[in-house]
Amino acid sequence: MSQPGTISRYTTAQRINHWITAGCFILLALSGMSLFHPSLFFLTDLFGGGPYTRAIHPWFGVVLLVSFAILFVRFFHHNLWNRDDTAWIGKIDKVISNHEEDVPDVGRYNAGQKLVFWSMTLLILVLFVTGIVIWDQYFFGFTSIEVKRVAIAIHSLAAVAIIAVFIAHVYAGIWIRGTMGGMLHGSVTPGWAFRHHRKWLRDLARGR
Amino acid sequence: MTDLQSLDITRRSATTGTPPDIRHQPAVAKLIDVSRCIGCKACQSACMEWNDLRPEMETFEGSYDNPSDLNPAAWTVMRFTEWENEAGNLEWLIRKDGCMHCSDPGCLKACPSPGAIVQYANGIVDFISENCIGCGYCVKGCPFNIPRISQEDHRAYKCTLCSDRVSVGLEPACVKTCPTGAILFGAKEDMTAWAQERIVDLKERGFANAGLYDPPEVGGTHVMYVLHHADRPSLYAGLPDKPRIDPLVWLWKGMFKPIALAGLGFAAIAGFVHWVVAGPNEVQPEDEVHGREILDHKDEK
Ligand code: HEM
Ligand code: SF4
Repeated sequence: MSQPGTISRYTTAQRINHWITAGCFILLALSGMSLFHPSLFFLTDLFGGGPYTRAIHPWFGVVLLVSFAILFVRFFHHNLWNRDDTAWIGKIDKVISNHEEDVPDVGRYNAGQKLVFWSMTLLILVLFVTGIVIWDQYFFGFTSIEVKRVAIAIHSLAAVAIIAVFIAHVYAGIWIRGTMGGMLHGSVTPGWAFRHHRKWLRDLARGR
Repeated sequence: MTDLQSLDITRRSATTGTPPDIRHQPAVAKLIDVSRCIGCKACQSACMEWNDLRPEMETFEGSYDNPSDLNPAAWTVMRFTEWENEAGNLEWLIRKDGCMHCSDPGCLKACPSPGAIVQYANGIVDFISENCIGCGYCVKGCPFNIPRISQEDHRAYKCTLCSDRVSVGLEPACVKTCPTGAILFGAKEDMTAWAQERIVDLKERGFANAGLYDPPEVGGTHVMYVLHHADRPSLYAGLPDKPRIDPLVWLWKGMFKPIALAGLGFAAIAGFVHWVVAGPNEVQPEDEVHGREILDHKDEK
């Protein structure tokens, strides 16, 4: 418990880890999308022009992979799927319409958050592997052009998918008030925990 | 090449607007008559000389191909194939390899950098190197495996069809130099007509399958071959029988992109609409009361 009356949700190290990952992600999305469609090519100016954008994007990817891997090790055990999650998904309409009182109690993470976690994990892996295959400056000789065509098509599709997940993730953080504070300062209020993660609160109260 | 002829550009990579269209030019073509090539590589030397390029010296690998492959400083390479025909005789098939200048260029379709690849009204496909970012997408888009990325300056290079010479009324350097007249240059129509005469001649001399290589799958090309075995282009060091822009390139570069952008925009708008309709999910004072209660009764079950 950090400040009096609040509950600690994320340690400082966890938050730094999260925001490095988020920063890399945003840089990757901006630099990647600049090459994705002509209408977004102007985004290369953010990185000092086309050649620099092309050169730096994969390096952001490497940092992202390392940072996300640490995040993954820290949080995956909180994100294992269980039966309550399936029930929660069944009530998703209530969640969306802000009628959480009719939804089963939630532990540290709800099913939506777990889905974000696992789809991010999967898509980052896919983006990394395909990204290496098309990183021609260093890896051109390792694969055939046919393989690279497959890789870039998948990279492109996966990038769109992960940005969609990212939009959902960010919006959820804005929509559920108090959540952003958890990741910014590390603490949430007991009311926030009661409202959104009641099982987690009970577990905390029991000292577990 | 540099962007000197903006009035004559009909296609420009990664550009959504339409280029100027006031001037029209007849399509040009280079015709390579494989049956008349003696493999002397004068065209290769002329190409290096005109473009002032010196590929690195390589080691002998048991083949006449030298350099062994196209590279950023070798925009054309003679490829030698020793083929034993049905009658058991050796045929030496020598093909001058290089950019085919497709009417529907896969490199241009794939390129993400505005104006790094252009197609002129006469059909020549040119790399405007100052706009190139070195991503290698053109390599993936090309059906003929032609562009090469330099590891020194990280830019793509290939045959320009001597667009600089052609624009001032000269023929390409390779054409100028060929001692047997195996390479010709002119209006595509004239080159096609001339090729037909050659094909008749070859057929009379026993090459029943002689023909013109001008593959329609890429809209035709502005570099064409007369082949003695036009039924089997792949005999000639793997010249594609049916070159086409790979379906994966269409998937990657086609309608998917605008649809994906619209989809992402829609996702963001959906968030905004949700905010307006359902509103933020605020923690209520009674939640705080309940939350505190739970925390304060830690020992209870
Ligand atoms: C995880 C490691 C990653 C690596 C190694 C990587 C590598 C690459 C490479 C090599 C390219 C080709 C352009 C260039 O050479 O810079 C590329 C393009 C691209 N990347 Fe990544 N990337 C990674 C992650 C991501 C992520 C997380 C996103 C999305 C947020 C993303 C979005 C894109 C997009 C949109 C393109 C352009 C695709 C197109 O032109 O259709 N990348 N990436
Ligand atoms: S390497 Fe250059 S020419 Fe080739 S696709 Fe990339 S920007 Fe275009």
